[in-house]
Amino acid sequence: MSLGQRVSTDHQLTRLLQIGVVLEEVVESRAAHHLESLPAEARAEIDREVRELLTDATEESADHRDRLEALIDDLEAETVGYEEINQLVDAQYGPPEDTDGVLYDQLCNEETAYKFYDDLIEAIEASDSTFAVDRDRVLETLREIRAEEKEGVEEVTEIMERRA
Amino acid sequence: MNTADQYLKAIYLAQRMEEGPASTGTLADLLGVSPASVNEMVGKLQDKDLVDHEKYKGASLTDEGLERAHEALQTYCIIERFLANVLEVDEFRDEARALESVIDDTVADRLDTIIDRPEQCPDCFDPEADCCSLLEVCGPAN
Repeated sequence: MSLGQRVSTDHQLTRLLQIGVVLEEVVESRAAHHLESLPAEARAEIDREVRELLTDATEESADHRDRLEALIDDLEAETVGYEEINQLVDAQYGPPEDTDGVLYDQLCNEETAYKFYDDLIEAIEASDSTFAVDRDRVLETLREIRAEEKEGVEEVTEIMERRA
Repeated sequence: MNTADQYLKAIYLAQRMEEGPASTGTLADLLGVSPASVNEMVGKLQDKDLVDHEKYKGASLTDEGLERAHEALQTYCIIERFLANVLEVDEFRDEARALESVIDDTVADRLDTIIDRPEQCPDCFDPEADCCSLLEVCGPAN
């Protein structure tokens, strides 16, 4: 059992980036599910602000996924396709009861992604290892994504506070 | 998962395997650390009332320690099940051990939304095989 928080091999880095891709796919799929699954009445209640938030979240996740996949490609590994994850989300999905539930789930999505990238960056920084991909490029990509996740958390929080 | 939770999980598994207090030697083997490190951490966990330690017998979880150990083992089960069933990793046990310190509970909770985890988790975890006994690919420990 490893007790240290550090990423020291290409294999470990690849696996964590693959997990990052899956997390983004989960965010993308859940946001899309939220929009589709709410009954028509509730859907009508979702104002433009929330609809835009969910649409932006799916687009941003797809963009993050592309950037992570570019790194994984250079590590000569593969990722799990979106459709596969979408089906898994579908199989376990329980729709939130109302718009507040949707926003809360979206907040969890953004916070989880932020925490994941934050831990991953820390674990890479804690290691002196060199990887098959440029270490600075990996860190730069992850820091950019982390910053966008932070903005996402702030955006959802602001909407939630306005609606409270 | 932080180091304290990894220890609590190991104590829980060792207690199940030994049907009694977890010995320092077993914990050192499970965690891949020295007996001195185990004793030091067990002392810290005892100070936090998460563990009772009896000299020459071993460590036992308190109720609070047991609750945290359960949660830690659930997180570990999520990681193993995710690696085995979603990423289809053959060496899922080794990789789960390598990744558990980097995967936070909140991240595991999100991964949990796409895996089919039994209700009785983590009671179905087999300490000898080092995986959930209900996991299709759970054979003898590697």
